[in-house]
Amino acid sequence: MTTSEKSLDADGLRARVADVLASHDPATADRLEFLRARFDAGLAWVHFPVGLGGLDAPRELQSVVDAEFAAAGAPDNNPRRIGIGLGMAAPTILKFGSEELKKRLLRPLWTGEEVWCQLFSEPGAGSDLAALATRAVPDGGDWIVNGQKVWTSSAHTAQWAILVTRTDPDVPKHRGMTYFVLDMTQPGVEVRPLRQITGEAEFNEVFLTDVRIPDAQRLGEVGAGWQVAQTTLMNERVAIGGNAQPREGGMVGKVAETWRERPELRTPELRDRLLALWAEAEAFRLAGSRLRQQLAVGQPGPEGSGMKLAFATVAQKLASLELEILDEDALRYDDWSMRRPELVDFTGREAGYRYLRSKGNSIEGGTSEVLRNIIAERVLGLPSEPRTDKDVAWKDLPR
Amino acid sequence: MTNADLLYSDVETDLRASVRDLLTDRCEPASLLARAESDEPYDRALWQTLAGELGAAGLAVPEELGGQGASLREVALVLEELGRSVAPVPFLGSAVLATSALLSCDTASTEVSDLLRRLASGEATGALAVPLSTMTDAAFPGDVTAAADGTLSGTVRSVADGTAADVFVVPATGPGGHGLYAVDAAAADVSAPVSFDLTRPIADVTFQGAAATRLAGPDHAPAAVSGALRTGAGLLASEQLGLAQWCLDETVEYLKGRYQFGRPVGSFQALKHRLADLWLELVGARAAARYAADTLARRDADAPVAVAVAQSYCAQTAVHAAEECIQLHGGIGMTWEHPAHLYLKRAKASQVAFGAPGRHRAVLGDLVDLPA
Ligand SMILES: Cc1cc2nc3c(=O)[nH]c(=O)nc-3n(C[C@H](O)[C@H](O)[C@H](O)COP(=O)(O)OP(=O)(O)OC[C@H]3O[C@@H](n4cnc5c(N)ncnc54)[C@H](O)[C@@H]3O)c2cc1C
Repeated sequence: MTTSEKSLDADGLRARVADVLASHDPATADRLEFLRARFDAGLAWVHFPVGLGGLDAPRELQSVVDAEFAAAGAPDNNPRRIGIGLGMAAPTILKFGSEELKKRLLRPLWTGEEVWCQLFSEPGAGSDLAALATRAVPDGGDWIVNGQKVWTSSAHTAQWAILVTRTDPDVPKHRGMTYFVLDMTQPGVEVRPLRQITGEAEFNEVFLTDVRIPDAQRLGEVGAGWQVAQTTLMNERVAIGGNAQPREGGMVGKVAETWRERPELRTPELRDRLLALWAEAEAFRLAGSRLRQQLAVGQPGPEGSGMKLAFATVAQKLASLELEILDEDALRYDDWSMRRPELVDFTGREAGYRYLRSKGNSIEGGTSEVLRNIIAERVLGLPSEPRTDKDVAWKDLPR
Repeated sequence: MTNADLLYSDVETDLRASVRDLLTDRCEPASLLARAESDEPYDRALWQTLAGELGAAGLAVPEELGGQGASLREVALVLEELGRSVAPVPFLGSAVLATSALLSCDTASTEVSDLLRRLASGEATGALAVPLSTMTDAAFPGDVTAAADGTLSGTVRSVADGTAADVFVVPATGPGGHGLYAVDAAAADVSAPVSFDLTRPIADVTFQGAAATRLAGPDHAPAAVSGALRTGAGLLASEQLGLAQWCLDETVEYLKGRYQFGRPVGSFQALKHRLADLWLELVGARAAARYAADTLARRDADAPVAVAVAQSYCAQTAVHAAEECIQLHGGIGMTWEHPAHLYLKRAKASQVAFGAPGRHRAVLGDLVDLPA
């Protein structure tokens, strides 16, 4: 039976995994060679199209493939290191990129050979992303870009960026933006670390000075950058709050571990608070499962909008409680030295770090306030606040 | 844990629609209020239709015992709808508590199967003679003693749906140890104290040498009582969810239409954020309630954890939703005329039912190895 005849169900996918494992022994194969072979066999993200790392198979079957490779001890693409590429850039490129761009970009994105970052936020445009000011001006077949981005995670390791720019300042802000992919090694791209409350610098400032981008690297139409960015942001929130977790996965597991290891620190009051949070974390873990069950039967519910908000709130309360449980140990911190980490681990390091890092969970990827606005207006249908910025040309907005 | 079905099946959705249609027709807020202060706090006609015609009383009872042969998932769904309209019917006492206890007895015995049949068909209404606040892990109730001649004596306070019962299922201890007995309501002295919850009144029940039929002895009785309490607690989460959903929906609708300062009050962000948070709580509560119903229905080993999580979480959600409903309605929310208080009273009483959330958290801690 040739590979192309294998069915697109769990058994067929297992057979394809076996083929890859047979031709590339995970114990001896070069890591990148192995990942490329997996990509070329359509087993990177099975719901992607054939030829782009997928098989047009149902998305739920990805877990079958991942489990098979993991069981065989195969190397993975270290997804936490390339979260922005996998979670945000890839779906946007898939939806809006030209065939050439998809062919060129998706494979090294998935294998992790090329790290991606997200050049959206600016000093004057955070929650109000559509206010952004980084200018892109056409020049022959290219665009010349000038401006400043900020809070850019992984810019120091990134080869590529997704970038939103202002191309028409004379129309209202949502209409005058254009979306590109940018080669971060281009002249004129300068990345400076921004130290954060944990001591390290996982994000950066990025200065763009006369950076040249070929028009072929545009995603979507000129002026349609807002619509393209929506695809990225929707995927970002799913990526942050929506993944499957075992019971006690994530922050709750860390605090539970501390509780079990340190009987001398227990008090009835701390126990009640811990269990209230345990139950809350479990309720939202189940809500995540429920959401995925709804998606699997083709009935997506509005619950998705809430998962990132719930995740941030619960993680922060748990991390905060852990420091109280730790008592005297909470007076110490592992290390304030300035580093530029390659990957971000919300539940890594020690309790003090986890507490401080969790503060970012309600800011990154859309603040909790903005998410509440979205739920109130789009899910509950409550009226929007009166707005003064919708019909005004971007250049005339107060700032 | 991995194979739990957290969705609503098509059959469940149909069942929801028929229960909701019935309640929309027959259980509107104005009649609820009038009934609450009358001598007839239960709507017996509605209960007859629900239990008899719709078959809701016997949903989880096997067909050979006169029931519908569905599962506790469907029972949970009916509770969601009953919570949504705080319907004054003795469903929790009869179709959930008394019926669950009977299903854990030896159903081959005619005493048990006859009574089950009567409850499942709606011909008779039962109540489990324990205080509604009895915690799921409580010791076997000690309020009632059985004499050597098989008669029962003792008083049980705060029995849910006790004033509507034709028959009590009574845990009692006698010379032969723990047992479960059936006592005709006519043989008991049933009084109705002033109940905090107006739509599910409680009763104080006294037995004075009351004639009783033994349903189970020491082999089955303790498990029957604790199983019924656990089932009640787990399924009550669905009622709490339905109640909270009504409070949220009603408040959102009200705030869209209520104008102050020249705009709908619902456009003020302070209120939008509160309602968004409440909505999110309901997302968690729905998942927890469905999980509890599903694990109870499948007798999954994780059911005790699921019940403790559901009661820890959903009881709070219901109270929070009812409190927000009152506050965000302003003055009208404080009136007797507006139904919001019926929901608040049900929510607060239900928070204490089967043990307040803190007690469930203590049980949860032992179950998931987070010791004191
Ligand atoms: C750890 C971390 C990593 C990040 N990584 C990236 C990245 O890789 N790429 C990138 O582009 N960006 C990144 N960001 C930026 C992030 O997306 C923004 O910080 C965020 O969108 C908020 O924007 P702001 O910082 O300008 O705050 P502002 O928008 O100025 O908000 C200030 C406060 O006002 C509130 N607020 C704003 N508007 C409203 C409103 N309409 N209603 C109610 N409250 C409102 C906010 O919630 C906040 O509390 C990162 C941020 C963090 C913390």
